[in-house]
Amino acid sequence: MRDLERVVLGHGGGGRLMQELIGDCLSVLGPANGLGQPNDAACVELPSRERLAFTTDSFVVSPLSFPGGDVGRLAVCGTVNDLAALGAQPLGLSLGLVIEEGLELETLAQITASIRGACEEAGTKILTGDTKVVERGAADRLFINTAGVGLIAPGVRLGGELAAEGDRVIINGPPADHALAILAAREELPLQGDFRSDCAPLNGLVAAMLDAGDGSVHTIRDLTRGGLAAGLNEIARQSGAHLEIVEDAVPLRPAARAACDLLGYDPLTMANEGKIVVLVAEDRAAAVLAAMRAHPLGQETAVIGEVKALGEARVTARTALGPTRIVDLPSGELLPRIC
Amino acid sequence: MSGLPKATGQMLERMVADCRGLAAKAADRLGGRVHLMEVCGTHSHAIARAGIRSLLGEAVRLVSGPGCPVCVTDAGQIDLCLELASRPDTILATFGDMVRVPGSQGTLAETRARGGSVKVVYSPMEAVKAAQEAPDRQVVMAGVGFETTAPTVACMVREADRLGLRNLSLLSAHKVVPPALRALVAAEEVALHGFICPGHVSVVIGSNAYRSIADEYGVPCVVAGFEPADILLAIRMLLQQVVDGDAKVENAYRRAVTPEGNRHAVEAMDSVFAVGEASWRGIGIIPGSGLLLREEWSAYDAMRRFALSAPEGYDHPACHCGEILRGARLPVECPAFGSACTPARPLGPCMVSSEGACAAEHRYQAA
Amino acid sequence: MCLAVPGRVEAIEESVAVVDVGGATVRARLDLCPDAEPGEWVLVHAGFALEKVDEEYAQETLALFAELDEIKAALGQESP
Repeated sequence: MRDLERVVLGHGGGGRLMQELIGDCLSVLGPANGLGQPNDAACVELPSRERLAFTTDSFVVSPLSFPGGDVGRLAVCGTVNDLAALGAQPLGLSLGLVIEEGLELETLAQITASIRGACEEAGTKILTGDTKVVERGAADRLFINTAGVGLIAPGVRLGGELAAEGDRVIINGPPADHALAILAAREELPLQGDFRSDCAPLNGLVAAMLDAGDGSVHTIRDLTRGGLAAGLNEIARQSGAHLEIVEDAVPLRPAARAACDLLGYDPLTMANEGKIVVLVAEDRAAAVLAAMRAHPLGQETAVIGEVKALGEARVTARTALGPTRIVDLPSGELLPRIC
Repeated sequence: MSGLPKATGQMLERMVADCRGLAAKAADRLGGRVHLMEVCGTHSHAIARAGIRSLLGEAVRLVSGPGCPVCVTDAGQIDLCLELASRPDTILATFGDMVRVPGSQGTLAETRARGGSVKVVYSPMEAVKAAQEAPDRQVVMAGVGFETTAPTVACMVREADRLGLRNLSLLSAHKVVPPALRALVAAEEVALHGFICPGHVSVVIGSNAYRSIADEYGVPCVVAGFEPADILLAIRMLLQQVVDGDAKVENAYRRAVTPEGNRHAVEAMDSVFAVGEASWRGIGIIPGSGLLLREEWSAYDAMRRFALSAPEGYDHPACHCGEILRGARLPVECPAFGSACTPARPLGPCMVSSEGACAAEHRYQAA
Repeated sequence: MCLAVPGRVEAIEESVAVVDVGGATVRARLDLCPDAEPGEWVLVHAGFALEKVDEEYAQETLALFAELDEIKAALGQESP
């Protein structure tokens, strides 16, 4: 097969192709290149020894608005959640707008209101920003970039490389909601139902978890493109760990299951915007689970698996019939412009 | 009523034990492994997902046949799709699983990256809608699928006619399954002791459609549904036939399949399509296996409308999809499987179509 | 390509069935299955109802397996 000469949509999919793009084409940025930085946010140590979490994300979702949110809400929650994955509460966000000439001012107002609402929910603010307008056709209505900084509390240490044997693997609710909401908004879902994005700021949930965990939460990964499969594989690779989930233990809304069955999608690979996967030491798992379930954004939290061993990086799933299958990094474009 | 036999883990364990026991007896009787073939992309997927191959053990060799309609679509036909999608005045409507399948000149996804118009549809009726919404452009439906899908595409053609649409046409690569089964058995390339017959194709054509294969060629045929329990039951019934020295057609999917099939669907298909020869990727020409638009519907034939001729497609030299599709190799027996050929960089259709045997095996690799 | 999902017909609107599949609904044309009625189960494929799912046979698969074991037990043969 000829090598790809151009960027294809799959390169933005959050899976294997995207990793190749970052690893190969963008490798000129050097070995310490942050694009390949494996955790959701970077950790920066200050001279005072305090640690900052720093992250950025761009949002190109189409359509701009969908059941459960819009690009503005996504832009705040995505960055807040990436900070939360390092255990940081946000100190503030930057907001960069690239606006296509012709965008309705009312639309911009709605999105700005969403940004404000999401910030309030997360207890943070937009501290600085930039606005550009480009001519018609040079951008699809609106692209947003946000960056965020947060303070990591002393003693909190989280990362995909910290998985330990016996850790429980937990997800705060059913996956695939965001992807299906976008498909519904694009009228690419031949089903009608309550398909709403799960887009939400999870920093409150994370605070409750870390409190209950008392140092035993090892990893928090914000699940976006590539879904649960991508998140688990990334952690497996960072830690050199074998993670195993039980397929039937992964919660899924009946409507989501029906949609995935109808269209042949694997719910494990579908995008989310309000889901985290958490690795917590076995002895504190029950306490963390309880704390998560007590929180509004974690009521459907479920234990879905465990870290079986350190040594070989792999992710497996026990199926209903018993045999175990490999859960691979999704390969490429599933659904473009999903976030 | 859920309509589905949702077996518990324990029940499934018993079913598997049942099958293994019978498999041993069947292998004994044959003096070697029992060779079963499934001929349905959705079965390939379900079997890989449930890990049925490994559960059955060494006495059974379960291969995939040409049951993935996308996989058996000639590279040349895909090239035609690429050409149509590249035209500025044309939109190529296609089912999703065609988008990343390589022809000789790349994929529809790559054509789209270069500015081609590709519209993914779930239902062929969406192609009708696309034509109505873009009256100044031509919409061509890439018709891929067996007897499950062909009736729905037939309805699309009839609806286009009813609406007087002048800008919708069909590029038919539709095929029918029984002639391919006959061709495989007659070729004798692979020993076959039983067919797991496609569930939803059989909903349309009926279980009687396989009588000639059982009667003339002595190969047991059992129609199966798609739950793990359905597939295990069909395998069990096939193994029992081998043990008994039988060769008959049985139906393990009676909740949806009848002996005669769905006459409305067959009528729809027959009214729009005539049967002719077709080229199956990896197999070659099989007479009476293709569905072509009847003369009275030729106005909707994209081949005529665009004055196209079927190009000679070619496959990547390192691609073994042909052998996979004929059941001569299992995906894991292909030297390129998982190395030179992966879902991200497929050499051939079996690895990239969502119903391809290699894609199913790769996705659900036994750990 | 052979993906078809079973669902319950909730309503019929001008020869298009509204089919409940696990809490969401799909619209399925009835050209190929004109005698489907509300309350019945159908297989939905590519936006069409392909066939009715027969209630009587729905649990047959499991029943057949159960039968096998019982028959064997009755004959005094051990289950494989």
